[in-house]
Parts: sequence; structure tokens; C-alpha cells
Amino acid sequence: MSATTAGATPLRVQTRDQTRQRLVGLVQSRGAIVVLVVAMLAAGLAFPDFLRIGNLSDIAVAASFLGLVAIGQTLVVILGGFDLSVGSMVGLGTVLAAYAAPYGALAAIAAPVAAGLLVGLVDGLLIVKARMAPFIVTLAALLALKGLAVMLAGESLVIADPGLFGRIANGAWLGIGNLVVVLAVAYAIAAIVLNRTRYGAAVFAIGGNEEAARMLGVRVDRVKIATYCASGALAGLAGSLLAAHLSSGLSSAGTGYELQSIAAAVIGGVLLTGGVGTMLGALAGVLLLGVIENVINQIGSLSAAYQGLASGAFLLLAVVVQSGLTRSRAG
Amino acid sequence: MLLETRGLTKSFGSVRALRDASFTLRAGEVHGLMGENGAGKSTLIKLLTGLNQPDGGEILLDGRPVSFDSPRTAQAAGVAAVYQEINLIPERSVADNLFLGREPRWFGLLVDRARMIADSRAILARYGLAIDPRAPLNTLGLGLQQLVSIARVVSLGARAVILDEPTSALSGAEVELLYSVVEQLRADGIGLIYVSHRLSECYRLCDRLTVLRDGAIVASDTTDALPRARLVSAMLGREQAASSTRKPRQAAADAPSQAPSQATSGDSSLGALHVEGLSWRHRVRDVSLDVARGEIVGLAGLLGSGRTETLKTIFGAEKPESGSVFVGGTRIGRPRPSESIRRGLAFLSEDRRSEGVFAQLSVAENLTASVLPRISRWGIVSRRRRDALVARYVRELGVKTASFDTPVTALSGGNQQKVLIARALCTDPEMVMLDDPTRGIDVGAKAEVHRVVRGLASEGLGVLVTSSELEEVVELSDRLVVLDEGRVTGGIDTEGRDADDVLALLAGPAATDGAPA
Repeated sequence: MSATTAGATPLRVQTRDQTRQRLVGLVQSRGAIVVLVVAMLAAGLAFPDFLRIGNLSDIAVAASFLGLVAIGQTLVVILGGFDLSVGSMVGLGTVLAAYAAPYGALAAIAAPVAAGLLVGLVDGLLIVKARMAPFIVTLAALLALKGLAVMLAGESLVIADPGLFGRIANGAWLGIGNLVVVLAVAYAIAAIVLNRTRYGAAVFAIGGNEEAARMLGVRVDRVKIATYCASGALAGLAGSLLAAHLSSGLSSAGTGYELQSIAAAVIGGVLLTGGVGTMLGALAGVLLLGVIENVINQIGSLSAAYQGLASGAFLLLAVVVQSGLTRSRAG
Repeated sequence: MLLETRGLTKSFGSVRALRDASFTLRAGEVHGLMGENGAGKSTLIKLLTGLNQPDGGEILLDGRPVSFDSPRTAQAAGVAAVYQEINLIPERSVADNLFLGREPRWFGLLVDRARMIADSRAILARYGLAIDPRAPLNTLGLGLQQLVSIARVVSLGARAVILDEPTSALSGAEVELLYSVVEQLRADGIGLIYVSHRLSECYRLCDRLTVLRDGAIVASDTTDALPRARLVSAMLGREQAASSTRKPRQAAADAPSQAPSQATSGDSSLGALHVEGLSWRHRVRDVSLDVARGEIVGLAGLLGSGRTETLKTIFGAEKPESGSVFVGGTRIGRPRPSESIRRGLAFLSEDRRSEGVFAQLSVAENLTASVLPRISRWGIVSRRRRDALVARYVRELGVKTASFDTPVTALSGGNQQKVLIARALCTDPEMVMLDDPTRGIDVGAKAEVHRVVRGLASEGLGVLVTSSELEEVVELSDRLVVLDEGRVTGGIDTEGRDADDVLALLAGPAATDGAPA
């Protein structure tokens, strides 16, 4: 009403160098997608079979398990933490699914998800209430859950009659695997939750400046616990679907997912220091790792060792570009 | 009365941080709250905003007693603080920051971004700020970030707003913008508690001023009725009538005339230290000063005048935007600590705990930390050489320690300080800068440190020293350089002077009658 009174002359305040800032933000959030598209086109030129729908669907199906894990991991990293327990949680999830499969598809999905929720709750409570470092808490969970999975199943546990449960994971629709649809829907929901809910805003705020977020009235503890729960539940879901895909529970399944999911998130533009990141970027990171694997397999003469080498190179590239961007933004 | 405290009292352990504080704030008033470090300002703010709870007394809002158990409840009732360090989320947009925790939503579910941005624009426009609400906060300058912070608390319904040193890191243009926002808030009937160390600012903005010292309110009046000189003496706790000892002429003061000639490559006419037009981020503004060999120069100024910042910038720990530093006549080309040390400049930080001692290490390891290459051969530290060096300084400075291998934290504060001074001396400096070297140490140890400092000067080193106590810096120095808001505003020879004379100088131009050149 009286914005012009009391000498408050509207002052045009120019934010410094806005175009450059916007560009930096764009590279940060969309860079991985560009790299993914370029990598796919290059692979398509080199191997005509690569761009067939069937092959692309195979890549996405193979990447869907890590993809689900990476959603939770991305939330946790944006929040300013780590979740190392997810790798073992996937393994335990496959085992629990194998145990529950005789009681129907619903049980085979619900049991691992519930277990994941519980693990996330314990992790979250220890981190928030006991003020322990996420790294240590989730590392302990990684070791413990792996042990638990082996205790329950030994090396593996075959699901005799997967039925509906198996069809969920292995079925396809118009040549596109069901798991691809699951992955796409999961990322769409995750992106909406992250960008369009108060919970998402709180996750960004805590990762950006936890103390400030607390002072601004964000319920930091709750949001943290909820995020570790989400991460655990998603790892459990990934384990369940992997069990359906393999028709068995494997205690060693998911090994290395904890670090691969962090790598995917970072390649996708999520800052390890928290507060910055996008779901679309993380998905691009996951798919890029999948494309690398597929291409190395297509070459055939190359050993799988090259896969790690290439993934590592992309990760390093992403980090170098990011630290450059962060510096240029600060400067 | 918008906000009132009656007999507010708070202790932390055995320290009485606030005693019987009665304070009032009217709607539409700017009330300046002043005082040195530890005077109780922060305690009062913490009680008002619910960060701490009072031990005694009461807080009244609109005449009704209230009790806040957290900043959240205080904010909900209409009392909020905006701190010097911005408590917002740097990576998020201005709109995200304005609406964090209360984002407008569709059907209580999804955030309505379009409305959030439009509302943000309206809030910002009210204070004359044409900021793009979508811009990430960290693309704005510090001043604008602070204004966003103010806009947030006011748009949340705060009627009593505490601004804690709002201008301490702002440029001139940003300060003007802040002033115009303050005027708008005043016109809107919001009560402002304005905490600042800058006298001129408080006299320009505030309707009333309240001064705290040692946890008690020592002066409170309308701005017109409280002249600068009275304000400053209230802050520093010196009644004009109280006599203090005149400074005796000291032997060390003779040193400049008979400074030993130390052969150096540089231009010896520039003395031990010559600083020219040094500036850093509006905290150090165009500072020029000289220290002769054998001279002790005191850097005097109220809290927030830029004493520490000036020393750090001279040392190269903060990177100056302009100006140059000469040590022993040689210009320091690239300002950074390693270069300064190489050129013979030593600096002792005021913050012993975080910038000084290595708490896990022994006395000897602490003392020699900066000269390891000199006492090592092929990368291996020679214990013999190290112990010789340590023995020398422990003797010369009178460090009381059970052994060289005693953990440094087992020593008293005064002896820790001597170890740090010894560490600075190990590098064979020509010029030593000591930032509040006696902070937090007892009286006896203080005298010891003074003896050491005078000893340095009598050996021909230049010394630049600050202190949080005015008497100390007057007593210790041959000459004072007075700082105000990062600028050198005067100088005074301390011979035959006492702290009261210097007080007048500190109070600023309005209170001085012909400051000595």
C-alpha cells in the first residue's frame, strides 16, 4: 500500500552477472544429460545395434535397481549425508523377498520395503538423536546387513515359483520392460517431491545450511529421519525387484551399490557437500553408468575391468567440472 | 509499550551475563543497543528471541508477560532477530528463502511456485528492493542477503526486530540501502533494536540508545540527551571524574632514538613496518601507518573498529584489494602469510584456541612449528637443535613448564601465550604484530607479557599491538594509532597521557577538541 512512502525509492538492484550464474546453474543441473545423450549417439554410431529399443530397454532394466537406490542416495546427499547401508540392504532385500515370495507378490515386495524402512529409521535415529556421523552409522549397517543376509540365505535362495512376482520384474509392454516404467515413475515422483513439496524444500535447506534451517523453523531431525527411511525403503524395493528379476535371493546382490549410487548422483550434478542437486541429473548419472557397461559388453574383446576405469574417469570429470563451477559461482 | 523487559537476569555457570536489565522498545522506534564484547548484548538478544531462558525477571510483549522456549515461539509471537552472519540457505532462491517452511501450496500438497514468486516480489517491492525472487541467494551481495533476511522475518509477522551488527560487512551503497529499509520499517510501526559498534551510525538512525557493560544497563536515554563522550565512557566503564594513573615515562620509550641499526637490504627509512593505503572488504579502509625499529605502536579503537582485520590484512592472512606493506623497507610482493614471515613479519593471533596452539602437541612442538625446515636435516627434525632453540626461548621469555614435552594445554593461559610469542620470534622477525596478547590471562602473566613485549622493542624490533583494554594499550605503547570503522582517524603520543585522553579520541570527531597530531 505505501511502498513508495518513507523514502523507500525502488532501487534497481542488479544481481551480479546473472547470465553467467544462470549458465553455471544450467551446466550443473543439465550437464550430465548432455553427456548421456552424446555418449548414446557415439555408441549408436559405433554399434548399430546399440540404439535398438530392445537394447535401450535392456540397459534401463539393468540400471533400474541402482536407479531406485540412487533416488534415496540423492536425497541423502542433498541433505548433506551419506547412506552406505544401501548396498547390503539390496542384498538383504533380495533374500527377504525370496523368503516372502511363497506368500504372494505383495508380501515379496512389502517385506523388503518394510525392512528397509526399519533400517533407515534406526540409521536416522542414531544420526539425529545420538549425533553420530552418517558415514560411521551407515557403514556399520552395511557390514551388519550383509552378515544378516548371509545368515538368512547362505549364498542364495531360489524362488521356486515366482508367478506374478516374476512377471512384474520380467514382463514387458510394447517392448519396454516393466522395470523401465517403474524407474520412470519413481523418478517422476521423486522429482516432484524434491521440487514441489515442503519436505523437498527442507531437504535442500538442511543440506545448504543446517543451522540456519533450524533457526528458520525447519524440523531438521524429522526431515533427516524421514530421508534415511526413504533411502532404506527404496533400497529394499530395489532388492525385491532384483529378486523377482533373478528368481532368487542373493546375499551378495547389490554389493558396491552404495558407492555406485553416490557416483551416479555426483556425475548427475549433486554436490557431495549437500544443498544442490536434481533427480533428473541423478537419473542421467545412473543411465550413463549403464551405457558404459553396455558398450564395454558390446565391444566384447574388452574385459569388464574397463567398465570401472571408464566409470571412474566420468566421475572424476564430473567432479573436476563441478568444483570449477562452484568456484566460478563463488567468485 | 511493544516490548519490555523487567529485571532480566541470566547467568552462565558462575558468570553473570545479564543483571537486572530493564529495557523498553516502542513501536516505530529504533533503539540502539551498545556495549563492548561481553557486555551482555548477545545475552539480552538470546533471551528476547527464546534461544536462552532468563533466570529471573520477565519479558512483556504488548504489556503481557511472555516466555519463549525457542526462536520459533518468539517469531510466532512477533519477536525475531537478524544476525550479522546471514542465517539463510545460500544455494536456494530468494523466494525459497523467504517462504521456507510456509510455502503456499495447492490443496496442502504441492508448492505453488508461481504464487510464491509473485508474493516474494510484492514483499521485496515493499522495501524498495527490485531483486529477482528466482535468483539464488548467493548471487546477491551480502547487504542484499541481509535485507532478504529482514524481509523474511517481517513478512512472517515480526513486530519487534533485532538487527545484530547489520552494517559490519557492508559497502557504502549497501549501508544506504539498509538505512532506507530501516526507515520503511519505522514508518510501518515496527520496533527495531539496533545493535552496532558504529557510533556515527547509531547517532544517525536511533531514537534512543541503551548501553550495557558487564551485564548491566549503565546508560539509557534519547539519542539527543546522550552525547558521544558520555556514551563511550559508559561503554568502556570510565567515569570522567575517576582519575587514572598517568603514564610514567618508560625506558623503552627511549628506544626509537637509539634503535640498533640492523643491516637490511631494503630502504631503512621506511622503518620496521610501513603500510600504505591498505584496504580489505570495507573492514579495512585505506589504512596507512608506520612503525619504527624499537618502537611499540598501539592500535586503538572500539570493538568492530577493524583492529584485528587490519593486522590480518597487513600480515596477508586476508588478501588486500589495494595498498602495500613494507617490512624492514622491503615491499611484500604477494601478500600471504608465508611471504610475510619470510620477510621478517610475525603475527600473533588473538584467537589462541583456534588460530594459535596445536592442542595435541607438546610445548617444544608448538614452539618450533613454524621453523621446522631450519632445525631439520634431510627432512628429519634434529632433536638436539630443536631443544637448543626451545631452551633459549623458554629461558628468555620465562615460560613455566615442567618439561619441553609437556602438552601445551597443560600450561596456564599466560604461559601458552608466551609459547606462541616464542614461536613468532623463532622466525627471526624484524617486526612483530600482537593481537590482544593478554586476552584471557591473569594479572601476573599480563605483566610478564608486557615485560617480554618491551624487551622485544629494546632489542630493536618494531611492535604493533592491540588490546581489548584501553588502559593496557595506552600503558604499553609509545604511540597510538586510532581506528574507527576501518579507517585511521587519529594518532596520539602516549607519553604523559592516560586512557581518558584517548577516550576522547575514540569517541570520534564530534567529541574531540583539537586532537593532537
